[in-house]
Amino acid sequence: MPQRRTARGRLALNKISDSKITDMKERYKSGVLKYKQMGYWEQDYEPKPTDILAVFRITPQDGVDPEEAAAAVAGESSTATWTVVWTDRLTDSEYYRAKAYRVEPVPGSPGQYFAFIAYDLDLFEEGSIANLTASIIGNVFGFKPLKALRLEDMRIPPHYLKTFQGPATGIVAERERMNVYGRPLLGATMKPKLGLSGRNYGRVVYEALKGGLDFTKDDENINSQPFMHWRDRFLYCMEGVSKAMAETGEIKGTYLNVTAGTMEDMYERAEFARDLGSVIIMIDLVIGYTAIQSMAKWARKNDMILHLHRAGHSTYTRQKNHGVSFRVIAKWMRMAGVDHIHAGTVVGKLEGDPNVIKGIYDICRENNVPKNLQHGIFFDQDWASLKKLMPVASGGIHAGQMHQLLTYLGDDVVLQFGGGTIGHPMGIQSGAIANRVALECMVKARNEGRDIWNEGPQILAEAARWCQPLRGALDTWKDVTFDYASTDSVDYVPTPTAS
Amino acid sequence: MKVTQGQFSFLPELTDKEIAKQIEYALSNGWAVAVEYASDPHPRNVYWTMWGHPMFDLKDPAGAMLEVTACRREHGDKYIRVLAFDSKKGWESIRMSFIVNRPAYEPGFELVRAEGPGRTVRYTLRSHSTSAYPPAP
Repeated sequence: MPQRRTARGRLALNKISDSKITDMKERYKSGVLKYKQMGYWEQDYEPKPTDILAVFRITPQDGVDPEEAAAAVAGESSTATWTVVWTDRLTDSEYYRAKAYRVEPVPGSPGQYFAFIAYDLDLFEEGSIANLTASIIGNVFGFKPLKALRLEDMRIPPHYLKTFQGPATGIVAERERMNVYGRPLLGATMKPKLGLSGRNYGRVVYEALKGGLDFTKDDENINSQPFMHWRDRFLYCMEGVSKAMAETGEIKGTYLNVTAGTMEDMYERAEFARDLGSVIIMIDLVIGYTAIQSMAKWARKNDMILHLHRAGHSTYTRQKNHGVSFRVIAKWMRMAGVDHIHAGTVVGKLEGDPNVIKGIYDICRENNVPKNLQHGIFFDQDWASLKKLMPVASGGIHAGQMHQLLTYLGDDVVLQFGGGTIGHPMGIQSGAIANRVALECMVKARNEGRDIWNEGPQILAEAARWCQPLRGALDTWKDVTFDYASTDSVDYVPTPTAS
Repeated sequence: MKVTQGQFSFLPELTDKEIAKQIEYALSNGWAVAVEYASDPHPRNVYWTMWGHPMFDLKDPAGAMLEVTACRREHGDKYIRVLAFDSKKGWESIRMSFIVNRPAYEPGFELVRAEGPGRTVRYTLRSHSTSAYPPAP
């Protein structure tokens, strides 16, 4: 039986005339139809302002027509099953069907197509990323007639956005709470990421904050292990934070990672962090969308900044032909309500094409993001005043790149120098001082109108004349770059502009 | 100790010429510049005394520099900062903040620990500048 089904399925996808069947008796005869025949392809459909739009990169199996494949994606991510069912006639199935409305070849990638699909608002539960994603990236990703499938971008209409809380704090309120304006914030991830005792760990927190950073950070896999249980970590970290505050007169924070095996454990840890006076907590992407939304609600209620570490994302964001692009994850996370998200550095050790990163940063920080194919943005996105999400640049960056970081990433970003602080030859405080001095002199120079992209190294060298720690940092890391080709770049054809 | 709030506290003190350049940057972005002062630099002492309103219609940084100078003349023994306010939708907040004057002696803070059960500690920062008996320089 299964064999026969496969044979008929393939037949359906390849041979039968494929226009939409309008004769209802014919349409609902038992058996297998093409998805186009079932009504999941609607050429030149004009999306409604309330529709949720998605663009997928599809790689159909050999011989599968791209329009039919797009229709299949629309079907499998909305109402369809593999065969005709009479129960469709009990509902307004025309209305609930997602509609594939455009297919275009991916420039420079034979066999791949961008498929545009519109979903009616009523297909989704309000305020639930879990529900949204169960459709959009549910069964459809394992669908056999496609070799590969990637969700490239989405347009979320304000009608749906407004059912989400959005970032618990947002960039503006975070700056007001931290009392830091007009420059990127500085952070560092504690190293070694595993193995330190609570007391030793708090030492690193204290040294880095006292030196001049605004934040320190637990790493994604620091939870509550035999070498350091979570209460111990929280207590020692807050001693370090408070002492550094007293010695600098600045607000300081350390992202206490509350990620745990159950929601109950996470709430317990979050409450303890709050009671100790922490301004920020942290969760990992791997806890899942619903847990993230729950923590975002908790954070809003408790005046807590919520940092998200994107642990796990590279398993599905990095390859261009299959998975979910990170710009979509960033959109979902702004809706889900986190305040910080790791979003790439361009110059550091982790994946990051400059155009892709620019697109992701815009998604996090702007209220209106216009369509921009060069940045991988396929739709105009109005954020309907959802708060802004602070991007975090982390992974293999150092003081010597400050002019590049400031040029690429702008002011509203947390620059995290983990190794670039703790690995400083003169000690952790010196590492922090080097980063802060490099940052402040670069912001000052930029504001004065200097061309920091070209004069950056000279500006740093000038400051290093009076700042020994900066001298040490520049000498240690001067030749460190991570110059590899990106695997996730944008495929588009530049359109010549008149002028 | 040196209070390191603001954008440029890790750099050598800004000269008046350098301050004017930063103000020029704020004005070129359409932000309104303000001058504020305080003797208590506690990081959660949000509301420093306003040296007049933000200068909404100012075009020339020299005007703001006059206010900085006048504030310094009267409150040279206190912290003075320059702020830039952005009224654009979605911001409606401060975009720049940097210290342009500090007291010759900065007494700093005491970290007060109230010990509780389960090794918990409630931390309080107490400004020496508001204490009846600040530590001697």
